[in-house]
Amino acid sequence: MTTRSHASLFATILSEHGPQILSAWSDRLKSTGALASGRLREAELQTQCRTVLELLSTAIAGGLDAASPNYGPLRDVLADVSRSRAVQGFTPSETATFVFSLKQPLFEAVSAAEAGDPSTVARAVQDITQLIDALGLYTIEVFQKSREETIIRQQREIAELSTPVVKLWDGILALPLIGTLDSQRTQVVMENLLESIVAQTAEIAIIDITGVPTVDTLTAQHLLKTVSAARLMGADCIISGIRPQIAQTMVHLGVELNVVSKATLADAFALALKRVGRTVVAVKARELPAG
Amino acid sequence: MATTTSDRMEVRSSDDVVRVRQQVRARAVEVGLSLVDQTKIVTAASELARNMLDYGGGGVTTIEVVSDGMRRGLRLVFEDTGPGIADIELALKDGFTSGSGLGLGLGGAKRLCNEFSIDSKPGEGTRIVCARWK
Amino acid sequence: MDRIPILKLGNALLVTIQVDMHDRLATALQEDLTEKIVSARARGVLIDISALEIVDSFIGRMLDHIAAISRMLDAETVVVGMRPAVAITLVELGLSLSGVKTALNVERGMELIKRRLDETEVADGDDDE
Ligand SMILES: Nc1ncnc2c1ncn2[C@@H]1O[C@H](COP(=O)(O)OP(=O)(O)OP(=O)(O)O)[C@@H](O)[C@H]1O
Ligand SMILES: [Mg+2]
Repeated sequence: MTTRSHASLFATILSEHGPQILSAWSDRLKSTGALASGRLREAELQTQCRTVLELLSTAIAGGLDAASPNYGPLRDVLADVSRSRAVQGFTPSETATFVFSLKQPLFEAVSAAEAGDPSTVARAVQDITQLIDALGLYTIEVFQKSREETIIRQQREIAELSTPVVKLWDGILALPLIGTLDSQRTQVVMENLLESIVAQTAEIAIIDITGVPTVDTLTAQHLLKTVSAARLMGADCIISGIRPQIAQTMVHLGVELNVVSKATLADAFALALKRVGRTVVAVKARELPAG
Repeated sequence: MATTTSDRMEVRSSDDVVRVRQQVRARAVEVGLSLVDQTKIVTAASELARNMLDYGGGGVTTIEVVSDGMRRGLRLVFEDTGPGIADIELALKDGFTSGSGLGLGLGGAKRLCNEFSIDSKPGEGTRIVCARWK
Repeated sequence: MDRIPILKLGNALLVTIQVDMHDRLATALQEDLTEKIVSARARGVLIDISALEIVDSFIGRMLDHIAAISRMLDAETVVVGMRPAVAITLVELGLSLSGVKTALNVERGMELIKRRLDETEVADGDDDE
């Protein structure tokens, strides 16, 4: 028997025994604890099963290759299911079980329908195994990818949270950097700084790296690019708190920080105030002429 | 790698360069690139389309929305049948220009993309492919 | 062909670029500005690019040229309102526009020009005495 006619055999079985397969499948899922955690409602699971079966019977009529375009809509739905499982906190094996537990009900349906023909049943079991395995692996792959995406997104959010841009005075911003600067984090942080410059119409931004233990060439370059970008927008940057070791490393690496730099954040702030035409005066000195 | 959509655009005048920029922008938004990444790929497209016009005697730009598994991106192809680039390494150097430019377009476009390749035969033409991934 | 309007604001000129310019339009603007600086006896030129979504090497070079030309004609050019994404991209492209003054917005740009004028006026005054 050819694959094509096998495919049509499955299509017939799926359309004739659909309801039985569906109930056998969802029973298996429930008995293996799909609903136990309470993260998934029964109605939702039913809908997912029904949709997958419907799309499977459409796809299967055109062949058994899970990577072919016929299976596109089915793969899309499985990808959605996988992603939502990942978000709901299911494990990869719980997620894969959703698809794998369809195998047994399909075997049973085929055996029942072709009871008189053991060789057809044997071939069919082999084909079903291959097909369901391919679809199951696909769900695991999507699950994995969406977990990775979540992690990347969270890293980005943490980077943003851990480096707030603070307003020191009208038109003066400070970005106190703390911890190791990798190039990914530097990029996020610098984009934030440039956005804040626009939002606050800040003429001066102080980048304080007192809390940064080391700076590699790439990070130094990002810093410099940020300073250049800020200048193009019409704002000046002052870098403060360059540790002696960092200064040494940078000269060693041949990176010259061709920007205004100050030893401490306080010095940088004083310079910034001067630039915007302000000065810090002791209270007493100001009170004298008045009193 | 699968291609979802593909736009083919002739570049014969500087108005066409503007149209290429606009179409690349629209596709970059569709793919979901960040604002900075959109700006980078549009700028790269502008440089490469203009080079094609200035040095290649005009050509064709193809804008493709591509995906490999879960990652989506934008792939641009610039093809002309002009004189070609004899020394690609030299052409990529910042500051090298055979015209009156700043010599930044080619090297800059490379820095603005995640993938970049030049294929050129003197006398036959130039084909540049670049891509930016989400 | 369309041209980009140039407004006179006191002794400065204001150009607001609002469209994605094709190259000929940019070249025309450069020529128009050069003439207008002389005819209006302008001392400053403000180019507002806050609406521009990209600046490539061609537009970058135009800004550089305008700044250099106006300097020769004794006028200060200030480019204002460049967006963060545009600035990041321009730096990556390798263009620093080191000959161009910049400001966050038109108001700040105007202040910059005024301050320059005051400084030179004082200096000129000293010379006269
Ligand atoms: N499509 C092309 N066909 C033939 N030669 C090309 C092509 N594209 C680029 N070149 C060559 O490569 C050189 C460098 O290109 P690049 O874009 O870096 O600089 P430019 O166009 O001269 O100046 P800019 O882009 O900074 O205004 C060009 O001067 C030209 O000699
Ligand atoms: Mg060029």
